[in-house]
Amino acid sequence: MQAFTCPFCGHRDETEFHFVVEAGKPRPEPSEEVSDEKWAAYLHMGKAPKGEAREIWLHITCGLYFLMTRDTVTRDILSSECLLEASE
Amino acid sequence: MTSFRHETLGSKIDRSKVIKFEFDGRIVSGFEGDTIASALLANGVRLVGRSFKYHRPRGVWGMGSEEPNALVDVLIDGKSTPNLKATTIKAREGMVVRSVNVSPSAAKDRYRFMDLFNRFIPAGFYYKTFMALGWDRWEPMIRKMAGLGRIDANNQPPVDSPQINAECDVLVIGTGPAGLAAAKAAAEGGQKVWLIDEAQDLGGSLRWRGGTIDGKDWPEYAALSKEAVLKAGGKILLDTTLWGAFDQHMFAAWQRFTSSPDLHWRIRAKKTILAAGAIERPLWFANNDLPGVMSAEAAMHYLVCYGIVPGTDILIGTANDLTYPIAQAFGNAGVNVTLIDQRQSGPELQGVRHAYGVKLTSAEGHNGVTGATVDGEYVSTDAILVSGGYTPTVHLWCQSGGKLDWQPEIDGLVPRPGTSDMIVVGAANGTYALNAALKEGHAAGGGRGRAPKSVLKQNPAIEPVRPDPDLKGRQWIDMQNDVTLKDVSLAASEGFQSVEHLKRYTTLGMATDQGRTSNFAGLAAMSAITGKSIPETGTTTYRPPFQPVPLVTISGRRRGDLFNPLKRLVLEDAHRSEGARFREYGGWLRPSVYGVGDETTLAQEEAMIARSNVGIFDASPLGKLEVIGPKAGELLDFTGYVRMSTLKPGRARYGFMLAESGIVYDDGVVLRLDENRFIVSASSSHVDGVRWKLEDGRQDRLGGKGVYIHDMTSAWTTLTVTGPKASELIAGAGIELPALTHMSVSETKFEGRPLRIARISFTGDKSFELSVPSLHAENLRNRLSGALAQFGGKWIGLEAVMIMRAEKGYILIGKDTDGLTMPHDLGWAGPREKRTDEYIGKRSLFTPEGKSNTRKQLVGFETLDNNPLVTGSHLVPVDGDRRSLGYVTSSYFSNTLKRPIALGLLENGTGRIGQVIGCFNNGEIRMAKVIGPCALDPEGVRLNG
Amino acid sequence: MQHYSALSLLKHGISSHKRWQSAWRKATPKKAYEAIIIGGGGHGLATAYYLAKNHGITNVAVLERGWIGGGNTGRNTTVIRSNYFYPESVALYDLALRLYENLSTELNYNVMLSQRGMLIGAHTPMQMEICQRIANAMQLNGVDGELMSAEEAAKRVPLYNSNENARYKLMGGIWQGRAGIARHDAVAWGYARAASDLGVDIIEGCEVTDILSKNGQVAGVETNLGEIRSDTIGIAAAGATPGLTGMLGVDLPIHTYALQAFVSEPVKPCLDTVLLALGTGTYVSQSDKGELVFGGGLDRVPTHGQKGNLPVQEEVISGLLEMFPAFGQLKLLRQWGGVVDVVPDSSPIIGPIGPEGLFINCGWGTGGFKAIPAGGWLLAHLLATGEHHDISRPFDLKRFAEGRLIDEAAGSGIAH
Repeated sequence: MQAFTCPFCGHRDETEFHFVVEAGKPRPEPSEEVSDEKWAAYLHMGKAPKGEAREIWLHITCGLYFLMTRDTVTRDILSSECLLEASE
Repeated sequence: MTSFRHETLGSKIDRSKVIKFEFDGRIVSGFEGDTIASALLANGVRLVGRSFKYHRPRGVWGMGSEEPNALVDVLIDGKSTPNLKATTIKAREGMVVRSVNVSPSAAKDRYRFMDLFNRFIPAGFYYKTFMALGWDRWEPMIRKMAGLGRIDANNQPPVDSPQINAECDVLVIGTGPAGLAAAKAAAEGGQKVWLIDEAQDLGGSLRWRGGTIDGKDWPEYAALSKEAVLKAGGKILLDTTLWGAFDQHMFAAWQRFTSSPDLHWRIRAKKTILAAGAIERPLWFANNDLPGVMSAEAAMHYLVCYGIVPGTDILIGTANDLTYPIAQAFGNAGVNVTLIDQRQSGPELQGVRHAYGVKLTSAEGHNGVTGATVDGEYVSTDAILVSGGYTPTVHLWCQSGGKLDWQPEIDGLVPRPGTSDMIVVGAANGTYALNAALKEGHAAGGGRGRAPKSVLKQNPAIEPVRPDPDLKGRQWIDMQNDVTLKDVSLAASEGFQSVEHLKRYTTLGMATDQGRTSNFAGLAAMSAITGKSIPETGTTTYRPPFQPVPLVTISGRRRGDLFNPLKRLVLEDAHRSEGARFREYGGWLRPSVYGVGDETTLAQEEAMIARSNVGIFDASPLGKLEVIGPKAGELLDFTGYVRMSTLKPGRARYGFMLAESGIVYDDGVVLRLDENRFIVSASSSHVDGVRWKLEDGRQDRLGGKGVYIHDMTSAWTTLTVTGPKASELIAGAGIELPALTHMSVSETKFEGRPLRIARISFTGDKSFELSVPSLHAENLRNRLSGALAQFGGKWIGLEAVMIMRAEKGYILIGKDTDGLTMPHDLGWAGPREKRTDEYIGKRSLFTPEGKSNTRKQLVGFETLDNNPLVTGSHLVPVDGDRRSLGYVTSSYFSNTLKRPIALGLLENGTGRIGQVIGCFNNGEIRMAKVIGPCALDPEGVRLNG
Repeated sequence: MQHYSALSLLKHGISSHKRWQSAWRKATPKKAYEAIIIGGGGHGLATAYYLAKNHGITNVAVLERGWIGGGNTGRNTTVIRSNYFYPESVALYDLALRLYENLSTELNYNVMLSQRGMLIGAHTPMQMEICQRIANAMQLNGVDGELMSAEEAAKRVPLYNSNENARYKLMGGIWQGRAGIARHDAVAWGYARAASDLGVDIIEGCEVTDILSKNGQVAGVETNLGEIRSDTIGIAAAGATPGLTGMLGVDLPIHTYALQAFVSEPVKPCLDTVLLALGTGTYVSQSDKGELVFGGGLDRVPTHGQKGNLPVQEEVISGLLEMFPAFGQLKLLRQWGGVVDVVPDSSPIIGPIGPEGLFINCGWGTGGFKAIPAGGWLLAHLLATGEHHDISRPFDLKRFAEGRLIDEAAGSGIAH
């Protein structure tokens, strides 16, 4: 099975993770100014990249949502980054 | 004549222990250590099966999992298992072995006449016919003739296969010379090595070919390798098939045991060395599938390990150097053998008849080999051993993404370096010379210093052999699936020339031997027919499993209660002692009713008692998510449809969580305990989903600061006391009840421990949810239970609760919502109209669909007779138009109201209140009146009492 | 086209089968066509056939980068059914089922359609309510759906787990008698042969590297075999579709995941119908060769590699054995993965996209095989007339902006 890297916990089996969404889609706001097409694009559209993909994943064990870059063809993990800023 | 047992040879058999078993009705005796195949051969049983399509006689070809012919059903200890390869199963006393797909036996199979019609049933013939009258007409007959073994309906194999995760530094697959050298080198370098072999002993082909390594007989070298591995903390797994390579260096292996269950390994290796050897290829000539035609390598294996001599007048056909030691071994054993080599010269042979420049053109015989033709001339023989070269076993390399290159010197496809981080050594890498294999293995294992050496300095010459389309007669390419060279020609002429098309059209390579002996032949044949080179023709994809793996091993113990395990209540035993019956609800095992008898009757009685006096039910599975911090209110405002930041401490409010698509994901009550503490409840089946949506908002929206989320669902037990006498019961149980209005909450103590009491109602009656840490649940339960009799109360199950909430029009997510339901469909339009701040799902509520006036809305139904509607009925126009306007989602008889009640989702439901609508179920239409969802006490008098 | 029949087998048998022609012409691409179809799987080949047959447009090329039928058409578990919930879906899948019912005769190629029925099995009362809802939806839409009782279900699948400790006791479910299985490769080859015979050029080994457009009108494609011009292009390329529309800067609501399928060694008949159990999520049927063909859920890791991993395998196989403990006697013989293009509402996307003259048929997710004839029929209609057929109109890409999702999983309550 695959093994992904959580920025906090390190290398863990794929069963601990959940794919959330393709990264790089900021939520369009305020609602009143967003067209139907733009909202549909945010909700549903994506690139389904073949090759390098930037994705948001959830590590269920520790609850961290993080950014992972993978190759969708070879399934190699290229990088994992925490999205939260460090606390003081 | 036929096969027999040599007087003295046989390293694996114990001649002092005789084993008797039955094969196709006759008693066969062998020795301890024999496989079914070796025992049959020892008894001269050559005809062990019939081919799949033509029912031609077949005999043992190989020595292991590459065996295409000797498939058997084995009955032992009263249980029968189908499709086992006789070459891989140890013979045991009392086994009843039957050849597959034959009737009544392999020898007397009544379908053997099929071969007479062979020219009318070539590959793919079924695509060209069976159209008139429809396939359905012919299918039953075809299905009966297809299939190999038979499922025994009474055999439910035990659910006991263990599954273990493991890690190692170096995984070495194969314990032939290259594998042994690699393992030894790596272990001596301090690596934790796992050494794996399909066979039951170390050594690979050394076990029958023999050899000296570093001046010693090979078993000594093997022992040194084993010692080094174990000393460095590694492991040796024999009788273990490594069957799958998966992502990030994960491997699956199947380890076989005789007196305990087989084991499923998941091994993650930092480095992998593949030393899986090579499989011998057949030769192609007319009737090359007759019993008595056998792989030369396998024959030597049988001779040395089991003392089997395949015949009294053996012919060996070859075109490579590696067959010569085999012929020599037979000669040395005193067996009558003649070697013919297609080439003009070969290595030395002592005392063995041989001829050059000639080749086999046919095998002759009725149910087994009695002769052959060599370049067209008849010779008498009773066993033909063949070698058409070797195919490196590269499956796992390809499974891990590696590519292959054509290597003409060995006439085979070998791993292309750099296309996978596996290292391939030895015969699997096309390196057949013993010295070179040892050297490769040593280097792969990171060995320092001199590599182990053998005396043998062979560099075996291999001449390519190809099927000849011009040869008269039928030549078998895939024996198990009965695919001949003519079928390959047919496929080519019909345009199925790519390797994948060839395979699918002819079914070549798709049998239980997975093309071990046929894939290369098919490739070579197609290459010869089309004139393209082998690399241009391509190669089929290799996928797991490397060998057929028992399903029980892969599924392990994930069965019964351990399959999607249900969550259990802390108080389950206590409920059982009260007579609770349990059922699965939303992933939990919960009481449906209490008592013996008809479930619906019991549920109605419980509801009556709860409505007139008091009832208690276990509401623990309802999610309890604590949201804590100064930003808690802000988070809930964004993630919820109803604003909670305005909720006062000590109060509760009903709300929804929407998905960004605007649909109602979950509903539930939020409690505010103080300025910075909320508890969000979630439907029992949606707790994780709600929790992750909150967490998403917390991290993405608030940067993870100012608020924390804590799932307390299992940690607290909640018992709900509901009914007009609820307050009396609680007081009567000696629990101090604060003054609470409906929709409020208080934190207090019970026996010195925290007790939270929320006055919330799902039943429509005065109702209190009492929550304590689960450790103290028993005490609370006992206290409350003790007071029940005094107030005429009862434990009630979920079925009763379902009736009561339906009477009030309270929804169950997923039952009364259909996943396209938006909050304004449920009558909750306020926030949509009024909120100006952002919240999840907001924009979706205003798409054209969100604004449509034909949306399905929640309504209630009143039947026109006294029978409840069937849940799942569709609502249809009364004018007879067969169009679905929605459906009935909940339906019960209400004893309180003395009439049936129902809820459903109806197109423009609120606009149709007062109208009559049709309810369609299984072709019948009944009428009902559309009413509001709340059938009982719409003013809420009972709630506020 | 040489006619296929028992008689022709007899005749050819006598001449040792040396005179069979190629099933389809191996064409070399012309410089231009009236219509180009990108993707030589079942849907693409069916489109070409119906373009020629229904609309008389034969100057057509099907461009396939590998070998025909080599994608998901050759990798599925061969189930055909129309037991869907929404009328739009039922219309779509039943169109396909009705076309399948006559396909062997029409194509003169035996696709081995076996209408042995399908049971979607429930194990809780709430699931039975959902099943009743679906059965009624099917009946209202004129399709054969019925709620089956526990007794009847037990007769249909006699080897189903009836032990006391069974995790999922069969309570009954939805039954569709006309559902069943077919031979997947034969569907592709049958359509290819018939289309080729009508004049369609089928070009294998041809990969599209760019889609050309000018002034908002599609103009042709760039391929490894050179440029091919056409002002009408249909894309039927499943998981490769986003890569193709991406060339024009158009995104789609598609994620690609691996879907694994499994095959046991062949045994004598032991399962006479198709079964999907709601509890396990595993579905199974027995091929005419005797192999058990089964599958389950997706590997929910976006991928373009046709490969899945162990966790899903273990779960699906456990599910199968939990349903049929006796199948524990069997071994896993083969397994493979396909890349499925999954859409948020699990319904396909059919209709125009981007520049004028360009149309897509994709997003079938895990359920494309059963719909091949309909996908072909409807895309052909779009290519020939530029307009939607009534049955394809609801599945236009526009539905996402409108918020009008045809969410079968949500509507039926069954995960799709």
